[in-house]
Amino acid sequence: MSLESIYTDIILENSRSDHNRKHLDCANCIERGHNPSCGDDIVIELIIKDGTVVDAAFTGSGCAISQASTSMMIDLIRSKSVDEAKVLADTFLAMIKKIIEEESDLEILEDAIAFKNISNMPARVKCAVLAWHTLKEAIKRKQA
Amino acid sequence: MRNFDIEKIRNDFPALSRYVHEKPLVYLDNAATTHKPQVVLDSVADYYRSFNANPHRGAHFLGVTATELYEASRETVRDFINASSSNEIIFTKNATEALNLIAYSYGMVNIEEGDEIVLCISEHHSNIVPWQNVAKSKKASLKYMYLDENHTLDLKEVYRKITDKTKLVSIAHMSNVLGTIYPVKEIVEYAHQKGAVVVIDGAQSVPHMKTDVRYIDADFLVFSGHKLMGPMGIGVLYGREELLLGMPPFLMGGDMIEYVEEETTTYAELPYKFEAGTPNVGGAIGLAAAIEYLSEIGFEALHKHEIELTTYALKRLKELPYVTIYGHKNPEQRGPVISFSMKGCHPHDVASIVDTYGVALRAGHHCAQPLMAYLKAPASSRISFYIYNTIQEIDILIDSLKKVRKWFL
Repeated sequence: MSLESIYTDIILENSRSDHNRKHLDCANCIERGHNPSCGDDIVIELIIKDGTVVDAAFTGSGCAISQASTSMMIDLIRSKSVDEAKVLADTFLAMIKKIIEEESDLEILEDAIAFKNISNMPARVKCAVLAWHTLKEAIKRKQA
Repeated sequence: MRNFDIEKIRNDFPALSRYVHEKPLVYLDNAATTHKPQVVLDSVADYYRSFNANPHRGAHFLGVTATELYEASRETVRDFINASSSNEIIFTKNATEALNLIAYSYGMVNIEEGDEIVLCISEHHSNIVPWQNVAKSKKASLKYMYLDENHTLDLKEVYRKITDKTKLVSIAHMSNVLGTIYPVKEIVEYAHQKGAVVVIDGAQSVPHMKTDVRYIDADFLVFSGHKLMGPMGIGVLYGREELLLGMPPFLMGGDMIEYVEEETTTYAELPYKFEAGTPNVGGAIGLAAAIEYLSEIGFEALHKHEIELTTYALKRLKELPYVTIYGHKNPEQRGPVISFSMKGCHPHDVASIVDTYGVALRAGHHCAQPLMAYLKAPASSRISFYIYNTIQEIDILIDSLKKVRKWFL
C-alpha cells in the first residue's frame, strides 16, 4: 500500500477546499453522519425540490479522507435528481466494497473515483464512506 | 530488582521484533493494550496444554490442579495490590465489566433519588456510561469535576463537587488521554469524610505504578490484565470485603451458588459469589505471570525508564512548532501517555501515515468524548510507552511526524 495512492493531489485539494462548507438558508433535508469510533462528524444539508437536489452543503470536522469525500460528493450531487444521487451513492459504496471494479461502470463518479484505493487501507474505509451513507439516510428519511 | 537491560527486555516480547509495512514495528499504543512477554504466552499455553479443567468442581487431578492454579493467581493479584484478603479479589473479563459490576450490584442498590455521583471530566466512557445509567434509573444526579489549565485536578474542585449528598465518587487514577495522575488518596480521604464510597479506575495506573489499596484506602479498584502484559479477557475487581458481602451478585449461574432449589438459591461466599460460570483460568494464570514479570523488573526501574521516555518525547515534540501537547508539562506529574494535535493534519491522517513507517499510535477521542469536548479538541493523536519502548523509537516517531507534515503543507 502506498500513501501516494490514498493521499492523492485531488483528495488533498478537496480536503482543504471550503467551497461546500457552509449552511444553506432553506435546507429542507438535514442529516448528521458520525463515526462513533473515531469522531468524524458531519452534517449534510440539502435543498430538494421536485425530486432534484437543487443545492447541497456540509459542515463538521474529520480527517482529510472524510472531509474530501464529503465535499466531492456534494459537488457531484448538486443539480442531480434524487434518484441519480441514490445511484451515485450506491455506486460509490460498491466501488469501495470492490463489488464494481470496471472503470467504465465507475465513470459517473467522476473525480470521486480517486477513493477507489481506499479499499486497500481498511482502517480508513469508514472515513471515505461516511458522507455517502449519510446521504442515503437523508434521502431515505426525506422519502419516508 | 534485576538490572534494567532494555535489549534483554525487548527480546522477551516476540511481537516487538516483527515488521509492519516492511518497517520495524514501533509500538506506541500501550495505553490501549500492551504486548505480552514470552513467559506470559508460555504460562497460558502450558495451562491449556497440561491442565485445562473446569475449576471448583470435580475430584479429578486436572480439576484440582486448575483450581489451585486459578486460586494461586488470585493470591498473586491480592499481594500485587496489597489487599487484605483474596476474598476481595474478583476476576472479571476486564475493567469495564468490573465497573459494571459495581454500578449494578452497589450503585443500583445503594444510590437513591437525589443522591449525587461524582466523576472527573477525563473519565473513560467505561467509567461514565454505567454511572449515567445508575443516575437515570435512580433519579440521582451526575456531577463532574473539571480540570485546571494544567489539565490537572485542583483539590479545591474536589472539595466543591463532593458534598454531603455524594454517595459515590468514581475516578481514574491516571487519565488515558492526558496521562494526568490524580490525587486519589486525598480524594478518598475527603469523600470518606462526606460518607461516600470511592471507585478507582486503575486501568491506566496499575500497570505503571505501585498500587496499594490499603494505603489509598480505596473502596473499589478495577483494572484490566491486557494493559499490564497479561492476556485479553481477564480483569480484576477489588472491593472492600464488608462492601462486597452486602452486595447482591451481578451475574447468576453456575459456580456462584451454594444451594439451588426449584424456587430459591443461596449464593456462594466471596469471591465466588461474583464469578458466575466457568472462569477464565488461562487468563488469570497469564495475568499472574505478567505480574510476576513486572515485579521482577520492579516499579522503581519501570518508573525511571518511563520518565526518561516521557521527558524525551515531550522535548522532541516541543521542537515541532505545529504540534500542540495536551496535559501537564512536567513529566513527573503524568504517566507515560502524551496526547497531541498537529496543525492542519487530522489525527486519523497522522495515524495512517505514521503506520506506513511502522509506528503504531492511537488517533481519535480515546473513548473520552466528554473530555475531548471540554478540551475543544474533537480528536487527538496519542502515544503511550511501556517497559520496552526506547529513545530510538521516539526518534523514529518524530521523523515520521515530520513526514506527515509534508503531506499537508
